[in-house]
Amino acid sequence: MNRDDRMTTQRSTKPYVAATPWLDPKAVPFIQIKNLSKQFDKFTAVDKVNLDIYQGELFTILGGSGCGKSTLLRMLAGFEEPSAGQIIIDGVDMANIPAYDRPINMMFQSYAVFPHMTVEQNIGYGLKKDNLPKAEIATRVKEMLDLVQLGDLAARKPHHLSGGQRQRVALARALIKQPKVLLLDEPLAALDKKLREQTQFELINLQYELGITFVVVTHDQEEAMTLSDRLAVMNTGKFIQTGTPTQVYESPINRFVADFFGTINFFNATVISSDPAAKKLSAKLEKTGTKLDANSETAFAEGAEVTIAVRPEKIIISQKRPDGDHITITKGTVEDLAYYGNRSLYRIRSQSGRIIQVSAQNYQRSEALTLEWDDEVFLSWDSSCNVVLSE
Amino acid sequence: MNKAKQTIKKLYQQPLADKIWRNFVIGVPYFWLLLFFLAPFAIVLKISFATPIVALPPFTPLLDLSANADHWLLATWDNYRFLTEDNLYWISYFKSIKIAAISTFICLLIGYPMAYGIARATATTRNILLMLVILPFWTSFLLRVYAWMGLLGKNGIVNSLLFNLGLINAPLQMLYTDIAVYLGIVYTYIPFMILPLYATLEKMDTSLHDAAADLGAKPWQTFIDVTLPLSKPGIIAGSLLVFIPAIGEYVIPALLGGIDSLMIGRTLYDEFFVNRDWPLAAAVATLLLVIVVIPIMLFQRSQQE
Repeated sequence: MNRDDRMTTQRSTKPYVAATPWLDPKAVPFIQIKNLSKQFDKFTAVDKVNLDIYQGELFTILGGSGCGKSTLLRMLAGFEEPSAGQIIIDGVDMANIPAYDRPINMMFQSYAVFPHMTVEQNIGYGLKKDNLPKAEIATRVKEMLDLVQLGDLAARKPHHLSGGQRQRVALARALIKQPKVLLLDEPLAALDKKLREQTQFELINLQYELGITFVVVTHDQEEAMTLSDRLAVMNTGKFIQTGTPTQVYESPINRFVADFFGTINFFNATVISSDPAAKKLSAKLEKTGTKLDANSETAFAEGAEVTIAVRPEKIIISQKRPDGDHITITKGTVEDLAYYGNRSLYRIRSQSGRIIQVSAQNYQRSEALTLEWDDEVFLSWDSSCNVVLSE
Repeated sequence: MNKAKQTIKKLYQQPLADKIWRNFVIGVPYFWLLLFFLAPFAIVLKISFATPIVALPPFTPLLDLSANADHWLLATWDNYRFLTEDNLYWISYFKSIKIAAISTFICLLIGYPMAYGIARATATTRNILLMLVILPFWTSFLLRVYAWMGLLGKNGIVNSLLFNLGLINAPLQMLYTDIAVYLGIVYTYIPFMILPLYATLEKMDTSLHDAAADLGAKPWQTFIDVTLPLSKPGIIAGSLLVFIPAIGEYVIPALLGGIDSLMIGRTLYDEFFVNRDWPLAAAVATLLLVIVVIPIMLFQRSQQE
């Protein structure tokens, strides 16, 4: 996603270069999760998770259903008690602090807006429970209503609101107590596509403006990529990979992560030579024996079996044999093609019979598209696009 | 082309057939109620305006269409006037309302935590608990009231247990008191309180409780602010299901209550079968219906909101 899109919203926008406290060894984490586990009977929902989240960060936990992400979030909020491990927020151990005393607020997936209260009462509920004077509650509710642009709807009951409006009520209600951490459970899942794109930028800017640490849980990888400063991919109760969206997308550590994020082509290969000092590796593909180079800092023994992964959009499709250094070239025929307007997706059957997916931007207008079914084509990509995976 | 026309025709015809079917399904029970509830009630209403005579039937006809009649309409307010003049009726009405109201409140106090507990139980336990609530209906109502007589009597199980434990020297008078009436009504009607309460509590979104806790509400505050107001429909339905039958209850006060526990059902019985004053009994019944209809109308209004 183009980060400049955020400039279109009126609020102050998050700077293009985000702070990277996780690279600073002296930085003190704001949320520390240590060896956190949750056991339901014999089922382990969360399995010894360790995580540091820094102040002001927008961190996303990404995973499929049943991976344990919601349980982790519920433990942070205080709705579930950990079976083992520790949660420390701003230096305070949360072990014996009940949900209603934690400096955390949550936006629920179903929004959980109180149906018997008006928008105003919903938003002011948290302050009312803190026994703040009525006048102060009124002022702060007013501010919040303006912030989420719900001023006209203050006296409405939730069942007279649209999904997007209800989402904003839930957000305002969670933000009004100025929590140290805001938890968001699938914040955009219930919105339609257009509203979702708009809301995600609003969320990012709001987060930057308020400086509150956000922890988002989602199953939607696109949502995770656009929202997060950093994200963690979770599966079967464990964190598989933690990093920035770019790191996780471009340098997945294994086949699971690579496959979870969009589409990717996998090739089985055998290592010919490996030079971790020079970040070089050369391998030959199974069946065809095509030789290819890749960047890898890991040392592999000669003859080791590895997986080479290449994203479909890195591959260039052409009818003439391309030339150049450091490129991998293979030949195939067009098996299938799908036209999406802005891009086309090709399924190419290579000489070895394997299907390779290629995504190409349609730079020119459709008349210029000359590729047809069964055309012979060359596929090529820069060697740096080869990702070496050992598992 | 023809085929398309037919399809369109069919599409339009379908709802009509549906409509007839729907009217039929709704119409049959309405017809039933009209025939066996409204018609008898009209007869009772008619009798309540008549004068008692020693004859068969024991009341005057409402219309006198013979040629030498002074008035063709023989309706009289005398029975209703009599109800207001004799304290007995006011006392019975008041006592009925009092007993029904207090019983309803006790049912609510006991039934709410039970319904809440059942709603929060695991699926298997929940079914067992619901079964247990409904289980008493499998024995005859009369039998269960007699069982209470056996329990509460002078030589009943409760008294002999307390006596054998040395807690009392003489048997307690429990049977034929108001307490026995309350006990009987609460025992009999509590499932009618629990079931609608359970229905509303069970479908309540638990994330609302989490949200309240998240915003700083302690568990009791969550209950007052969220659970209680959202279970209002269940509270109203349950209360009416207990209050309305309890107010006209005859068997329980007759069997478990004392001589002085004159509820309106008992008065009605006495007027009808002992005094054979059908018109007065009909007036008592009509007034009772008015007292019961008011809460139903209130209930309907609250449901529409």
